[in-house]
Amino acid sequence: MNRPLNRNPQLDADGALHHLLTLEGLPREHVVRILDTAESFVGIAEREVKKVPLLRGKSIFNLFFENSTRTRTTFEIAAKRLSADVINLNIGASSTSKGETVLDTIDNLCAMQADMFVVRHSQSGAPHMIAQHLDAMAQTHVHVINAGDGRHQHPTQGLLDLFTIRHYKKDLTALRVAIVGDVLHSRVARSLIHGLTTLGVPEVRVVGPKTLIPAAAANMGVQIHHDMRQGVRDCDVVVMLRLQNERMRGALLPSAGEFFKNYGLTEEKLALAKSDAIVMHPGPMNRGVEIDSSVADGKHSVILPQVTFGIAVRMAVMSILAGGSA
Amino acid sequence: MNPSLPDAEQLLQVLVQQMEGAVRHDARLVGIHSGGAWMAERLASMLPGEHAFGTIDVSFYRDDYSRVGLKPTVKRTSLPFDIDGAHVVLVDDVLYTGRSVRAALNELFDFGRPASVELAVLVDRGGRELPIEPTYCGTRLAVVESGTIVLQRSDDGRLSLALEQTPTA
Amino acid sequence: MKVEIRDGRVVDPKHGVDATQSLYVAAGRVVALGAPPEGWHPNRVIEARGLVVVPGLVDLAARLREPGFEYKATLESEMRAAVAGGVTSLACPPDTDPVLDEPGLVEMLKFRARTLNCAHVHPLGALTQGLRGEQVAELGELAEAGCIGFSHADAPLPDTLVLYRTLQYAATFGYTVWLRPQDAFLAKDGVAHDGEVATRLGLPAIPSCAETIALATIMRLIEETGARVHICRLSTREGVAIVRAAKKARLAVTCDVAVHHLHLCDVDIGYFDTNCRLIPPLRSVRDRDALRAGVADGTIDAICSDHAPVDDDAKQVPFGEAEPGATSIELLLPLALKYSQEEHQSLGAMISRITELPAQIMGIDAGHLAIGHTADIAIFDPAAYWRVERGALRSQGKNTPFLGLEVPGRVRYTLINGQVVHEA
Repeated sequence: MNRPLNRNPQLDADGALHHLLTLEGLPREHVVRILDTAESFVGIAEREVKKVPLLRGKSIFNLFFENSTRTRTTFEIAAKRLSADVINLNIGASSTSKGETVLDTIDNLCAMQADMFVVRHSQSGAPHMIAQHLDAMAQTHVHVINAGDGRHQHPTQGLLDLFTIRHYKKDLTALRVAIVGDVLHSRVARSLIHGLTTLGVPEVRVVGPKTLIPAAAANMGVQIHHDMRQGVRDCDVVVMLRLQNERMRGALLPSAGEFFKNYGLTEEKLALAKSDAIVMHPGPMNRGVEIDSSVADGKHSVILPQVTFGIAVRMAVMSILAGGSA
Repeated sequence: MNPSLPDAEQLLQVLVQQMEGAVRHDARLVGIHSGGAWMAERLASMLPGEHAFGTIDVSFYRDDYSRVGLKPTVKRTSLPFDIDGAHVVLVDDVLYTGRSVRAALNELFDFGRPASVELAVLVDRGGRELPIEPTYCGTRLAVVESGTIVLQRSDDGRLSLALEQTPTA
Repeated sequence: MKVEIRDGRVVDPKHGVDATQSLYVAAGRVVALGAPPEGWHPNRVIEARGLVVVPGLVDLAARLREPGFEYKATLESEMRAAVAGGVTSLACPPDTDPVLDEPGLVEMLKFRARTLNCAHVHPLGALTQGLRGEQVAELGELAEAGCIGFSHADAPLPDTLVLYRTLQYAATFGYTVWLRPQDAFLAKDGVAHDGEVATRLGLPAIPSCAETIALATIMRLIEETGARVHICRLSTREGVAIVRAAKKARLAVTCDVAVHHLHLCDVDIGYFDTNCRLIPPLRSVRDRDALRAGVADGTIDAICSDHAPVDDDAKQVPFGEAEPGATSIELLLPLALKYSQEEHQSLGAMISRITELPAQIMGIDAGHLAIGHTADIAIFDPAAYWRVERGALRSQGKNTPFLGLEVPGRVRYTLINGQVVHEA
């Protein structure tokens, strides 16, 4: 049946970026622009005054329905370096049980002249719902950034991963990238996979046990590997995903120990990748579960630079969204 | 090449003559991207003595961000010397409303407190909207409001001026 | 009251009628077809030229939300919606609050429905007490109170031992058990079909095998117990194949499909449209096509609306938190018509799947236009398209995936017991 799909809510009628909700279907030129703009923000951390006045007077609300000190702090730093005012709202589940819906919260904050919402939620699609609501209420000057929704997407993380890879590897059109771990539950993996295919990376592999790799992942343009040694062989980039404790309950995995044995990144397995391969991790790391300490702290690891780049990328996203049409 | 526009290389010589005796021996040149940056590099080599030079991109300090957003390409600001206590000469290709210079001053002061700031421009086309005047100026030029003067650099490094139609908003 | 329905195309599949002729109603019954009875003076003439005259539709699943969920909808609003959709008899599932596991509740519901003088309501009783899946309900008492069958609605199926015993018990008395085939463990926490769309959107998924494993269990238990079972809301292509094989082996099984699943698939979720949050989930294109073929070849006996009005608040939340269900009783005819037009099926074949066959499954004498029978009649214009809009729906629930779309088939008149209860 030909039901018309709603327009992609993250682009406005002219195709300009209005919200950042997902890397899926984000045109290449938008991705490249964000990365290029982030480039110019990297140097700001080295200045004495680590600020530029771009977003002065703007109010950015961090709406975290799912807790995360790390991500929230990064967004806060990024916003403050742009001279914006930042307000943190840790809503958690209690607010919805008290009766105020997500959309009521949004309406209230718009009435307080919010300019931007950074939203993290445990349900896939929550930022889309908010963006569609804002558009329906004609709040065209308010922008939404998805800081992670359920298993769906974490676009700023995907972008900073792309930035990191581009920084160290320059030419993406000849790379092999392996993403290892719990892809099934990972919004980081979904964002990164779409970003990599958009930028033309020819070989993207996902590596993990069958319980953690959805069969339909192949439709996203990735190669599926269940043997880690095969999966990381000759790779230029190895991205390790965080394994959450709950996966050890519910019959997906027996134990962290057995996971580490089969899928943990050790020096020995890393040696199968290219000699100049880089190792990435979105953090926070579980040492000894998905990654060996010696690898995490070793010369291939770019995990700490990822954090620095994360601030620059988020500054780039905020400044592109908040500006008038360029 | 527009025959009625002056030769940029000649104007650069005019500037050098003005600045030779006037700038301090320890003056630092800071060129505003892109035209000013090219000029600063040339001036640093043409002026007698050693003058360190840096480049500054004012995109993050412009006052029209809310209207037009960020430019698609933002170049890096690179100032390889201490701004605190420095005597700075800001270098730009065309001085018009004065807003770019205002932005450059704001950015400069976020890096430190200069001892003094002078301004060198290749072309002053008038039309000022802020109280800013050049210390050193290649030439004054009247330009029709719909036109934009740009500095261009050829592959062999030769600078030249061109007139473009301002794109209608 | 004597009503003459003049020159419509009368389609009564049970009696093999499909002809343009007049139909005569008196004292609440169909009294003649074709030629009027002697001395005929009608009180009212309905001009039905260009319209189709069919038995009032029989809907196998329509939630009326009473008792207990009156904020979602009421008996009044949903019965109005039913007759606006040409539905004159309907079965309502037992998942009310409280659950329909006591004869008193059933009687009260039937009484309330009768006083409204709208569609005939035939409640399904709960198969287990409280739908908790532990203890069989008083099926005999409930049948006496008016339940036409026993169902587990959308509550998790009882474990195999309880299911086995309840089917045995029902088989003793010849009651029909209505079951939605879904393995509760495999479907736990899932909100969308386990396929490409759920993977991309990061939605917890329900694999097809949740349906097929439950179906396989049910089929074996039918063989073991001799129970008669009606399978509710088939959704997978493998499921269609299982039912086809069971019928070939002459098992006493019937099944239905919700009209949405004939048109939509998981791709229609788009950007997390909560109106597409349904039970069972919308599955892949291949599943949809297999369901369409299953209706065409008769493997699937009936099409129902699976009407489930939901209040706006329960849909204006993220997809995974949204309450499943769609308002659909007014769309049963248009969407069934649209399907049959697309598949180039005869009108009669389609009509039988929403009249005569569901009536058989429910074990009621309805869905046909025999002389002397109760005059429950729907008259519609097959060529009239209308736009599905909030204002156009009489149901209190406005939650339909078809909002904004044009559908064919406008019900012009609905008669219950020979009285016009709806006209447009």
